[in-house]
Amino acid sequence: METTAPRGLATKDIVYIALFAALTAALGLMPPIHFAGAALPPISAQSLGVMLAGAVLGSKRGGLALLLFIALVAVGLPLLSGGRGGFQVLMGTSGGFLLAWPLCAYIIGYLMEKDTAAGPAKIGLYVAFGGIVVMYAAGIPWMAFIGKLGLSKSLTIMVAYIPGDLVKVVLATIIARGLRRAYPNL
Amino acid sequence: MIKLQDVSVSFGKRTVLDNLSLDLTERRIAVIGANGSGKSTFARLLNGLALPTTGEVLVDQLNTRKKGRDVRRKVGFVFQNPDNQIVMPVVEEDLAFGMKNLGFSKADIASKTDEILARYNMSDLREHPAHLLSGGQKQLLAISGVLVMTPDIVVMDEPTTLLDLRNKRRVARAVAALDQMVITVTHDLDLIADYDRVIAIDEGRIFADGAPAEVIPAYERLMA
Amino acid sequence: MLDLYSPGGSLLHRLPPAAKMLAMMLGATLLFINQSLPLTVAATLVILALYPIAQLTLKQAFAQVRPLLIIFMLFFAVQWYFSGLELAAYVVLRLAALILLASLVTLTTKSSDMIDSMTRGLRYLQPLGVNPEKVSLAISLALRFIPVLAQITREVREAQKTRGLERSVIAVAMPLAIRAIKMADEISDAIDSRGYRS
Repeated sequence: METTAPRGLATKDIVYIALFAALTAALGLMPPIHFAGAALPPISAQSLGVMLAGAVLGSKRGGLALLLFIALVAVGLPLLSGGRGGFQVLMGTSGGFLLAWPLCAYIIGYLMEKDTAAGPAKIGLYVAFGGIVVMYAAGIPWMAFIGKLGLSKSLTIMVAYIPGDLVKVVLATIIARGLRRAYPNL
Repeated sequence: MIKLQDVSVSFGKRTVLDNLSLDLTERRIAVIGANGSGKSTFARLLNGLALPTTGEVLVDQLNTRKKGRDVRRKVGFVFQNPDNQIVMPVVEEDLAFGMKNLGFSKADIASKTDEILARYNMSDLREHPAHLLSGGQKQLLAISGVLVMTPDIVVMDEPTTLLDLRNKRRVARAVAALDQMVITVTHDLDLIADYDRVIAIDEGRIFADGAPAEVIPAYERLMA
Repeated sequence: MLDLYSPGGSLLHRLPPAAKMLAMMLGATLLFINQSLPLTVAATLVILALYPIAQLTLKQAFAQVRPLLIIFMLFFAVQWYFSGLELAAYVVLRLAALILLASLVTLTTKSSDMIDSMTRGLRYLQPLGVNPEKVSLAISLALRFIPVLAQITREVREAQKTRGLERSVIAVAMPLAIRAIKMADEISDAIDSRGYRS
């Protein structure tokens, strides 16, 4: 029967998962954005893919999209911004941030699903929680461990990235709202 | 043969197709109409991708509402943009995709792949990445991916719209040579000049239906 | 698709991907258990010696660590200041050894072989509700979409250039995502049209 609900993921879900994995890769092709002169590190548009996948696809599909993306990076495809890929990147200093991406997307999606009527401010808050708090909560201990640095010193290093990530939260919120309006039944 | 019985399709308040009843039996049938006339929805009705809001579509007695999967096995569908139809990254993998879904044997898949690539002079592109093909080659691959599934009927939704003149002609020749019944939805009036029947749709209703020599001039007057 | 594989016929190239991944995990664990600088130096030299054996150049080895040079220097400086030279050298060298080790797997294994062995491994996850066929379809689709979306990104940036907006993330990402989703809807119809059973 065609009309019975399929078990697990329908064709459309699989396509969207693959699409947002590919979209995250495509966003890595945008040149890094420099702001605040040389005072702050440039930001890559790539983690927008994480925020968008969660905010647009929801928890399960968003999380799986980023899991797929990270798996493709692991097998050696140069999909991270700057053409990086392979296990070495996932095991390097920023490995914790990257490995947390599926979880970040999942959590953003989960928060959005709990509050479907959220306005822009709340969406921004959810995206910031998943895309900054959760990501740093995974990335900083990893960095501390791998560099034998201790949490406070790792945190200090990462503070420089927070303004850039806040910019991304705003961008992701605007785009996610636009997409949800254009495709209400995604 | 495809039968439409009192078929209407509406999206919300907007009626896209308004009470159509048709028997489609000819070997080459064209469906023409302006943008937004409902002809794309019409094409999707024929293999059950879209279902009528009221009325029924029957393909060899099978109701698309109940037997969608069996209908899609009989009715192959070629989309306007081959980029949206090619599923696998490599030519031979894409050709195998539909055949695997239908449970064809490995040997059968291999021989059908050889045969179709030879037919369209693409044998040397077997292991080629699909995204590096030219527009015409992509559309031929999309058509091939449908033909290897041995459908009885092929429905094409504007198969030549995105192609240049040379590739339009290449695809037109490929379509002309098919043994199957073909239903083409198109703006390309040259493509359908020697078809058996042309159905012109305007604002969800049939405006003219008959031989190309009668319908095309009437349609051109309507569009003027 | 373009991957980071460096073609060759060495022993490392011929080893099954799963074996290489296991060996790498084991090596990485040992690097982290070990706390001595001399052993870390020795390990780094052994890993570097594997590069010529795998028909790779030292230039390729250096290219793997180059993107991390700044962060290495930063780590080195912080550790030196707070904990002394020896620990600084140990930490940075251990990190370099880890990167070089993991890069060996990436450089000597085709992505397609790695994907094959990964999807084969997925059948062990079937009891957890993982459907290997759906995962393979998702992988193939992603590989199919990446060049298409890369092309769309270039087109959109080109179009926005005329308005001076080619570096604006919103002006590029929004049309990119809209076109991508439109494509996804149609390709999902195409998959169903071609007899896929989800």
